[in-house]
This record gives sequence, structure tokens and C-alpha cells, in this order.
Amino acid sequence: MQAFARLLDSLSFQPARNAKLRLIETYLRETPDPDRGWALAALTGGLDFPSAKPALLRGFGQEKIGEELFALSYDYVGDLAETLALIWETEPAAGPPPTLAEVIETLQRATRTQTPAILKRWLDTLDSTGRWALLKFLTGALRVGVSARLAKQAVANIGGQPVDAVEEVWHGLEAPYRPLFDWLLQGAPRPQSNAGAAFLPAMLANPIDRSELDALDPAHFRAEWKWDGIRVQVAASGGLKRLYSRAGEDVSGAFPDIIEAIDFEGVFDGELLVRRENAVAPFNDLQQRLNRKTVMPKMLKEHPAHVRLYDVLWLEGQDLRGLSFDERRIRLEAWIALKERPRFDLSPLVTFADWEELAAKREEMRADGIEGLMLKRGDSAYLSGRPKGPWFKWKRDPMLADCVMMYAQRGHGKRSSFYSDFTFGCWRDGAAGGLELAPVGKAYFGFTDEELRWLDKWVRDHTTNRYGPVREVEQKLVLEIAFDGIARSTRHKSGVAMRFPRINRIRTDKLAAEADTVDNLLRLLTKSGPESPLAGGMSHAHYPSVIVTEEP
Amino acid sequence: MAITTATETLNPRTWLYPTPRGLYCEPGDFYIDPAFAVPRAVITHGHGDHARPGHRKALATPETLAIMRTRFQDMPDTEQQALKYGESVRIGDVEVGFAPAGHILGSAQAVLAYKGQRIVVSGDYKRRPDPTCPPFEPVPCDVFITEATFALPVFHHPSDAGEIGKLLRSVATFPERTHLVGVYALGKCQRVIRLLREAGYDKRIWLHGGLMSLCKLYQEHGVDLGDVAPVSEAILETFKGAIVLCPPSALADRWSRRFAEPIAAVCSGWMNVRARARQRGAELPLVISDHADWPELTQTLKDVGAPRVWVTHGREEALVHYARGLGIDAEALHLAGREDEDS
Repeated sequence: MQAFARLLDSLSFQPARNAKLRLIETYLRETPDPDRGWALAALTGGLDFPSAKPALLRGFGQEKIGEELFALSYDYVGDLAETLALIWETEPAAGPPPTLAEVIETLQRATRTQTPAILKRWLDTLDSTGRWALLKFLTGALRVGVSARLAKQAVANIGGQPVDAVEEVWHGLEAPYRPLFDWLLQGAPRPQSNAGAAFLPAMLANPIDRSELDALDPAHFRAEWKWDGIRVQVAASGGLKRLYSRAGEDVSGAFPDIIEAIDFEGVFDGELLVRRENAVAPFNDLQQRLNRKTVMPKMLKEHPAHVRLYDVLWLEGQDLRGLSFDERRIRLEAWIALKERPRFDLSPLVTFADWEELAAKREEMRADGIEGLMLKRGDSAYLSGRPKGPWFKWKRDPMLADCVMMYAQRGHGKRSSFYSDFTFGCWRDGAAGGLELAPVGKAYFGFTDEELRWLDKWVRDHTTNRYGPVREVEQKLVLEIAFDGIARSTRHKSGVAMRFPRINRIRTDKLAAEADTVDNLLRLLTKSGPESPLAGGMSHAHYPSVIVTEEP
Repeated sequence: MAITTATETLNPRTWLYPTPRGLYCEPGDFYIDPAFAVPRAVITHGHGDHARPGHRKALATPETLAIMRTRFQDMPDTEQQALKYGESVRIGDVEVGFAPAGHILGSAQAVLAYKGQRIVVSGDYKRRPDPTCPPFEPVPCDVFITEATFALPVFHHPSDAGEIGKLLRSVATFPERTHLVGVYALGKCQRVIRLLREAGYDKRIWLHGGLMSLCKLYQEHGVDLGDVAPVSEAILETFKGAIVLCPPSALADRWSRRFAEPIAAVCSGWMNVRARARQRGAELPLVISDHADWPELTQTLKDVGAPRVWVTHGREEALVHYARGLGIDAEALHLAGREDEDS
């Protein structure tokens, strides 16, 4: 437990991805089974012990140092689990601290009434980092900035395997993953991939722009709309039904409406959307449904999920990944035509004769819910990873707004001495009359290294206030911000949230007073609203023609 | 325990009390660690919020005076009087002595005796061993004035060796990166170097230019820092895998750009609390402090056995509450010019 606690502690302070990987790899290499397997399960979100409630921790603390001192302590630290971990004192006579395996195996057997006594004994034996990790673990708030994918990348790295090789076998394994470590480190045979509802590593596209297209023969490519949802994989076999994110994370729990609607076997690639009365809702609506462990009936009703399918990887017990895109497409369309399923429909192909025609269609398409076009070679097999050549994404041109820099924050790692995260705002009517800036977004890329040095100097020369790592700056630098969409947001002061904002240009030629207003941004919102006809009306019933695709 | 019997009639607040310029001792007509220049000052140690320039007369340990001369261009206009630990001198009607405080080189508790009553102004102190200065000595007294920088039960500073171990483990895990360690120039810097040496680290330790003069002074006082060199003297040095010490403010300064993907380590008692560590941008927080933590503060109240305790700078409320629970007559004492320093 102490070694795992040290790992979590280091991870929680380390912002850089590669450094996090290094820390996890070192831990996995140095820690014996089964502890490292349980740690991997904890990092990939595969363990859940909500066995310690806040009231229990508060009670422990008050018992230890009294109500008044505990209140002062908690007030200063601001985090209950951390406060308790810090005020508790290690009891040398309490014996050695538990191993991670001991903690997990004990908790799996213990009843709710036994937990407090066990917990107290462990707190006595651990040091403060150990107590912090244990309490975070037990309150289900293990936030150390590690995704399941990152943890799997680390475990793949220690065995010199690509992460997709780990993905393929992952869902057939159970914590503490002994066969996985035997394979990666001891040269044992690779574990069987679960042919059932296993995740099959996704095929990804490379970005492309108009000028690069001329080098490609349009006859070789098929086009689809690029939906503004979340790429998912629907996998069902032998009674198992799963919904995976593009990175292989099992998100079934958050989408019971999709899981329930699976009345078939197979593995499909598609886009997860929220869809109401045939219209695709803005991305923001889908976001409401993500990262939830339980979903309320109201949420299910008001934010109904839907999967728009564009590829089939496995059907009728057959792996189709070796077939060409065109052959898979024929099977997909035939399968869709067999039965109407309200939660699933087909992403239609966009027909075109040449790039000019496709560019025109892309221009016309301004509906929300569409981010641009996908281009896929008709003869491309389904390959995991991001192979160069077969698939491209041709994103819609971004929207632009002129905003004024308001705050700057230092970055991390190589950027730790640079002010590289910028909060910017647009004008609106102020409370005291006159105009004021309201923050509309934050961006930390889009600029060159040279521009970063310039921005950093500008921030240092124009600071008006400091709040910890944040500097407030004079409201005079105009930044042209590019973004892919905009939505109403109650969480942002200005009432709008930008999607994927980045700094497009530094507009030293403009005066701050010439920057956009929040009202201008709100107009963009209605222009690309979800009511536009294109985003709706794409259900299977309305598209009888999709069966007929253009042959090359 | 109270060392006199004649004190019941004498209220200690009549001869030692806070003023806007600092803590004033009336029968001796001097200030202790005043925040502004005064005719006569008694200085407990060399940190900037205790030792200020411009006093007409200053009484301090020889080490503290040396530190002040280094920081304040030799102080030619200040009449300096050195007093060693254990010695005492009469100022007006007051007997003034110094006892080690264990905080930094030269740090002392001021022991004041007047009409059979004894008050100890402890300044800043800690109880754990420090290779750069003699340990704190508890002095029995009628009134004990204690700091309260880390006076909350959440502050349990872990062992120095364990924290230095964290730093060395990180250097081993990231051998291609520079470990930039933010340390206070006086005391913390030299203690961290000594701790590294005691942990067996014998490579050159690189220093920010601002740390050089005080390191030299420590070396002159017999503190062996081993192979240290200023960053500015480096030739063809990539700093990969190196440990570089700098003032905390330099961590995010443009100065740090010369290093290979630096990892920002910060040595301070505040690193105990995660939110404070994040605020400071620490990627590797190391809890190494020159101040007493909660167990040390509460143990010290028991060790000196003073029936009255005055609590200054920091989180007074919790320590006053605790002391009253022990039956001590405790109150907060608000002094001018004390900050939440980096410690």
C-alpha cells in the first residue's frame, strides 16, 4: 500500500504525460504480483469501494483531536480525506502497513459494520501519504489525472508491446491480471483475447486540408459526415453487451438506454449522439451524459442516446476487419436494412464526383452536429491505430472571434516558466453601466514557439495583478480565437462555452474596443442551431437510398 | 514551572509588550526583532522579517551579526554587539541572554529577566536535529512567547531523510531531467545541501547566484557543503540529471529556461498540504521546514512549563486553544511585520 500511495502521490503532482508513464512503468516493474495488478485495476477504474462516507471520516477526526481543532484543520486544508490523513499519527506498535492486495481482499470480504475498525487499524500503520491514498481510494475520489488508456500504455511499455495488443486482451482479463504480467514480463504466451464483447482497437484518421486533397484520386475515396459526438464501439456477443469509447474504456454504465437496445451480436463502429425527435442535439447535451456512474430516468428521457453506425468489424461470428471498406459497407447496409432499430441508424455516404463538388457540399453544411467530412479509401482494411493514408478527417473551417486576453497562467514541464494558458473575454454590458469583459474561454495552444515567447513577455510586461500562479493583465491585447463550435453554458460566467478553442492569430493591429461582444457569439449559436434541417431527418426510415452506394 | 515566587504582583505585559514598531521591552528600552529601524534592537536570527537594517545598536549572536553584515552591506552605521549562546548582558534594568533555537545558523531565543521574572522570546524554532546549527534548548520561564507558523494538527513534518529520499528517487527515475529545488536562501538551502550529503549524494550541487554568498558564510562557519558551484560558472554543462538549488521565485523565472526539462521541487513546510503545493506549482513537493510542526510546538509548551504563553505569527487560534486545554494562560500576541514566510 505504501508503494502504491507513493505512486499516486507522485502522479497527482506530475502534469506531464510522459513523466506519468515513467512513474507508472517504474512502479509496475518494481512491485510484485498481485499488488501491481490491483494497482493497475485501481488506475484503470476497475475497482470501486465506496465504503467510507464523509461522516465516518469526520467522526474519526473529531474523536482524535476534538471538534474545535478538527474544524480549524479541515477549514485550512479544505479536503476531508486529506485532513484526516494529516492529523492521524502513525502508531509504531500497530505493526507493518497492509499490502495493497491485503487492503482489497479484506474490503471485498468485510461487512459494512466491520469496515470502521479495520480502517482505523490501517490508518495507525500507514504514513500520511499512505493514509491519504487509502482514504481517497475508499471514498472513491482517486483523482490523479491518469486515464485508463494511459495506464494500459504504461503496462504495454514495460513489455515492449503496442498498447493495442494490450487492449485486445484486456477485456478478457480480470484483476489482478496475473496472465498479463506473465506475458509481458516473463515470456508466457499471450492471453486469449475474449472473442465476445471485447474491444477491438479503433482505426483513426489523419487530418487533411483542401490543398492536400489534389494529390489524391477522388474515385478511391468514400465520404461521410463527421459527426460531432463521441466515437464509440458497440460490441455484443454471447449475451455480453458493451459500449466502449474510442480508447477502449467501457462506458456501458453511463448509457443503459443503448445497452438495452442491443438485440444483436456483432461489433460496430459509430458515433454516440444525443438525439431528440430526429435532430442531433449539440455536443454539450451529450457531455451531460458522460462520466456518470448512475443515470437518472429524467436524464435518459431528456437526453436520449443514439448511435449512428459507420462501420462493422465483426458480424455473425466473423471478423470483417480484413475486408475492404466497400465490402464492409455493403454488409453494414444490408444488416441495417433487415430491421428498424430506433437507437441505431446508418451514417449516410456523401456522394461526389470530384473534390470541388465535395468542397461545395462541405461549405453548405453548416449544421450543428457535423464537424466536417471523413474520407475513407474504398479498399482500406480496418487497421488499428492511425495508419497514414487510408482515412482522413477534413474538418469544417473553424469559427473565429476576436477576444481580449484577461488572465494568463504558467504552463507545465517545458512550459513551466512560460505564461502559456490564456483566458480571454468578450464585451458585454457591465453592471455599472458601460462595457465589461466576460471570460468566454481558455486556450493553451495554436501559437508557435516564437509567438509563445512574445506572449510570455507581453504578459510579464502588462501584469496588473497576481493570484498565485495566475496573472491578470491589462485588457488591451486582441487574440483571434478559432473554435469548432459554441454552446450555451450555465457553468461559464458569460453563458457560452467554446468547443476546442485555440489561438489563431495575435492581433496587435486591433484595439481591444474592436473585439467581439458576447452577443456576437450568441448569434453564432443560433446560426448553427440544432433545429437546422440537416442534422435531423437522418434516421433509417428517411433514408431508403442509403442501400445504394456509388461503386468506384 | 514558574521559577520565581515574587512574580504574582508583576504583570509581564507591563514590561514587555507589542508596539507598532515591534515587541518592546520598556525597562531595557529595546525592541526584539523590530519591523522598523530603532535605536536599540535585539535580533533572534537573520531572516528578513526578524533582522532589518538601519538600527543604531544591534545585539545578536556572532553568527547572526555575520549574516546581517552579508545581507546589509556590512552595516557600518550599526553599533554591533555580539553575544554567544549561554552568555548574558545587562541592558537597562534587564538581563538579556541567548539560548539556541535550532532554526538556522545563529538563531537564538532571547531570554529576558527582570525583577525575578523570566520571559523567553523564542523567535522561530524547531526541535528536530539540523546539521547546520545547535539544537533548541528549553529554558524554564514565566512567560514563553512561541511562533505558530505550523500550529495546526495537520502539520506533522515527516523525516528529513525520507523527503531527501524522495528527491533522490526522482533523480533516479528521471535521469535526463534537471531537478530544480526551490529553497529559502538562508538556512533551508544549506540544510538541504547537508541532508543530501548525509544521504550519500556526493556529486556537484549547482546553485543559483543568489544563494552563493550565504553558502560561503556557512562554509566559513564550519558547515561542510561539499562540491557546490554557481550555475553561471558552468561550461558545457547540460544539467541533465543535475540537482540545482535556487530561490523559490526563480523556479518559474526565465532563469530556469536553461535547464533540461526541469522538474520543480519545492522545500517547505507548506508542501504538507496538497492545495498549497499545487498553488506553488510544485511537481515534487518536499516537506522540509525550519519551523516546529504541531507535535514539536505542543511538546515545547510542555518542556518549558511556562504558566503563561503568548502565541505570535501564524495560526494562533489552534495553539491557544490547545494550551488552554493544558491549563496554561494562553493568548495571541499580534506583532507587526510578521509574514507567512516560506519555511
